[in-house]
Amino acid sequence: MRGKHVVLIEDELNIAEAIRFILTRAGAAVTHLATGTDSTAVLLREKPDVLVLDVMLPDRSGLEILSEIRAIPELATLAVLMLTARGQSRDREAAERAGANAFLAKPFANSDLLAQVRTLAEGGT
Amino acid sequence: MPFNILVAVSLTYVAVLFGVAFVAERRAIGGRAGWLRLPLVYTLSLSIYCTAWTFYGAVGYAARSGLEFLTIYLGPTLVFVGWWWVLRKLVRIGRAQRVTSIADLISSRYGKSNFLGVVVTVIAVLAATPYIALQLQSVTLSFGVFASDTPEGWAVPDQGATALWVAAGLALFTILFGTRNLDANERHHGIVMAIAVEAVVKLIALLAVGLFVVWGVAGGVADILARIDASPIADWELKPGRWAGLTFVSAAAILTLPRMFQVMVVENADERHVATASWAFPLYLMLMSLFVVPIAVVGLSIMPEGSNPDLFVLTIPLSQGAGKLALLAFLGGFSSATSMVIVAAIALSTMVSNHIVTPLWLALRVGSARAPGDVRGLVLMSRRLSIAAVLALGYTYYHLSGGSAALASIGLISFVGVAQVLPAMMGGIYWRGATHVGAAMGLITGFAIWLYCLFLPSFGPNGLLSARLIAEGPFGIDWLRPHALFGITGLDPLLHALLWSMLLNTGAFLIGSLSSFPGPMERLQGVAFVNIFDQSSGPGSWTRSAAEAEDLLSMSQRILGAEEAQRFFQAQATAQGKAGLLPDPTPDFIARLERQLAGSVGAATSHAMIAQLSGGTTVSVQDLIAVAGEAQQIKEYSAQLEAKSEELARTARALREANEKLTELSVQKDGFLSQISHELRTPMTSIRAFSEILMESDLPEDMRAKYAGIIHDETRRLTRLLDDLLDLSVLENRKVQLNIGVANLHDILNKAIVAASNTRPERMFVVQRDASTEHMPVFTDTDRLLQVFINVISNARKYCDAERAVLRIEVKKRGGQAQIDFIDNGSGIPKKVQALIFEKFARLTDTSHAGGAGLGLAICREIMANLGGSIEYLPGQGGAAFRVRLPLKLSA
Repeated sequence: MRGKHVVLIEDELNIAEAIRFILTRAGAAVTHLATGTDSTAVLLREKPDVLVLDVMLPDRSGLEILSEIRAIPELATLAVLMLTARGQSRDREAAERAGANAFLAKPFANSDLLAQVRTLAEGGT
Repeated sequence: MPFNILVAVSLTYVAVLFGVAFVAERRAIGGRAGWLRLPLVYTLSLSIYCTAWTFYGAVGYAARSGLEFLTIYLGPTLVFVGWWWVLRKLVRIGRAQRVTSIADLISSRYGKSNFLGVVVTVIAVLAATPYIALQLQSVTLSFGVFASDTPEGWAVPDQGATALWVAAGLALFTILFGTRNLDANERHHGIVMAIAVEAVVKLIALLAVGLFVVWGVAGGVADILARIDASPIADWELKPGRWAGLTFVSAAAILTLPRMFQVMVVENADERHVATASWAFPLYLMLMSLFVVPIAVVGLSIMPEGSNPDLFVLTIPLSQGAGKLALLAFLGGFSSATSMVIVAAIALSTMVSNHIVTPLWLALRVGSARAPGDVRGLVLMSRRLSIAAVLALGYTYYHLSGGSAALASIGLISFVGVAQVLPAMMGGIYWRGATHVGAAMGLITGFAIWLYCLFLPSFGPNGLLSARLIAEGPFGIDWLRPHALFGITGLDPLLHALLWSMLLNTGAFLIGSLSSFPGPMERLQGVAFVNIFDQSSGPGSWTRSAAEAEDLLSMSQRILGAEEAQRFFQAQATAQGKAGLLPDPTPDFIARLERQLAGSVGAATSHAMIAQLSGGTTVSVQDLIAVAGEAQQIKEYSAQLEAKSEELARTARALREANEKLTELSVQKDGFLSQISHELRTPMTSIRAFSEILMESDLPEDMRAKYAGIIHDETRRLTRLLDDLLDLSVLENRKVQLNIGVANLHDILNKAIVAASNTRPERMFVVQRDASTEHMPVFTDTDRLLQVFINVISNARKYCDAERAVLRIEVKKRGGQAQIDFIDNGSGIPKKVQALIFEKFARLTDTSHAGGAGLGLAICREIMANLGGSIEYLPGQGGAAFRVRLPLKLSA
């Protein structure tokens, strides 16, 4: 994962810190956003390899952000891993429809998170 | 002529009459009454107006007072020729309302007032008494004439006994004639026929005597005219007052005499007969009066001085040796007397029985079982007794008055008496404003004056009133003298009584009517009477024909439905042995149809509809009221149905709403579970992730401590969330156990502020209070109240976005409630989410900073509801503001 760039959008600061620790330890560079407000601008600027996106955000839903991203040509192929704390199959389907490449229910095993992000990061290069 | 032969002739004559009546009755029952219904029979039956008074008395009247006797014929003639439309109206009303007597007419018009029925009955009975006495007197006199063969006619050995026997005989005769059966419509075909025969007999007898006098005794028409010119009759001066008064009273009497009402209205078979009678009856009267003056003149000239002119009709033939003619004349007089007595007694007995005896009997027998047969027997018996009583009264009057007065003067007393009914009657049929109060006042006033001024004095000085009272007035009160009321002197007693009674009667009637309001029944009857011609087509327009059956069918189809009506008609036609759909409209079939329809529309409506179509009777107001009653019931029933279906609709609506609510709740529950899932999974995610990190990595000590701290915090968060959820669940189900104690509100607020200051984040936070307002004891669950205060204060502390956060706490006492407002100086809560803040998980900002799961205010709301108070957002205060209200004393 060395040289890989991951953008993380997660409002729960403790969870964000855990994910950053896990991915950073594996060699990736992590940019964290606590809200989805100016996510597209950041993504266009950073051009990450993988986006880890929480579904439940305080200001706007992760699904909304994903739809928006997919509408932008430069970001249409960005690999996206969606995280949800609700963990219902409904959410998985909704995430897939919105164009997520992978889906992970909270709470997750750290190894699963790392494996998913790694797959997406390497598939993307 | 032997007295016994006379009696035998009389009895034979009566037997013949009885036979006539019997045959007529039979034919009427057999439905072959065709010739009984001739207008001629009706006209002849009206001739009971001409009683013994006319037959004997008119000659006597002419001998005493000249042409004045004509007034007695003039009145009725004017009514029949000029006012026949009044008669027609009476007849129409009588038929439409099934009136049985004049008392019934008045009672029915004034809202079925039985009181008025009784008043009219009493007036009629008392007024008829002199009249019946007159008949007794004339028959007794005529017997006497034959028995003694003396021109004076006074020499009957025992006049009183003869009169008694005559009275008893007439009573028996009338009972046999009039009450053999109880006719539903009070019609007596047999009697009408018998009196028609009698009318012919008396006319022939009087004409025969007249012809005999003109051409047998005198020398023809020229001679008679010469004799008239020479006689004292030609010298009688005409008194305009008496002429007008007598014409008026006889005109009134033809309308109000009970027996005239009986034959004219009650026995009327066809309204069109009135038209015939309007010329035929005056003609009859003219024939009856044609020879009165000649007989009187001849009598005065050939009979000895002092002979009774009332008996000239008998005594002239006798004195000339024309025994057979005298016998015919006797039969004529007998006919006149008997027909009057029979019909009068029947009419009066109907009134007495219907208005006095039956109501009394029913009132006395309230509660006891009574079979229909009982009433029938009672009515017959009461009528028979009434007939006997009426004749007994007549005899008593005859006995008390001495039987010596001129026939005409006795008759006029009766006329004035019955005329008292006139204002109430005419007012009743022409003035809708006439009320029963007015009618009663008029009737009683007129009756009292008649009684006092005419009836009681008629027994002669020292009869029923003392001579002194008549001369000086009661207690010497001059203006109350019976013959000079209110100081009016110089009038003869009859005119005096007529003037005052009719004047005051009419006045009282008008005043009473104008100053009272008619009841609803009275108003309806008033309209029915006054507007009788607007309501229905004339009777007799319907004849029994195939068309009628067809109309009945078309009506029935509308009520029963085509199929059922046709099935019913078909079955009835088959039962009658007829092919096709239409049965003959026999009474039997019509009765069955009426019952059939009654099942659908009610008895009264059914009866009214059938009556309308079969044309036998018109629909009366009672029928319509009954119809309205049924319609009302149906309306009420359908209103009930409507209410029921409305109720059903309401229930359906409620069910639909409940269903929607359940669906909504289900959605909410799903949302809630998903929220809970999220709220639980979020801290668990941190805990799991950091636990794994701690387990697998060799971390520096400071990071280990930091991550362990996060795990610790998240675990507490999780616990708090679970506590809140359980708490909320208990509160929402109102199963919470409240520990009610007492505390000072000020102290609770202190504790809350201290507790809230310990929560994160640390910041400057000023609380403004007015302690003096806060001291009040509250009886409530103080721990729960504290929980609410802590929540509200820490919310302000957390979310107030002012740089220098200030929370103002204001306490007020409102009635039995404390009102605590928490107002901060932040930017407040946006209007669109104000309604949401008390909902579960309604977090407006990022929870991880706030450290709550968004259940705080929901819990607060539930706690306040449990404490009998409330918490609500208070808009328009600048910052965020919450108002808590609670009862100072919570009733456990």
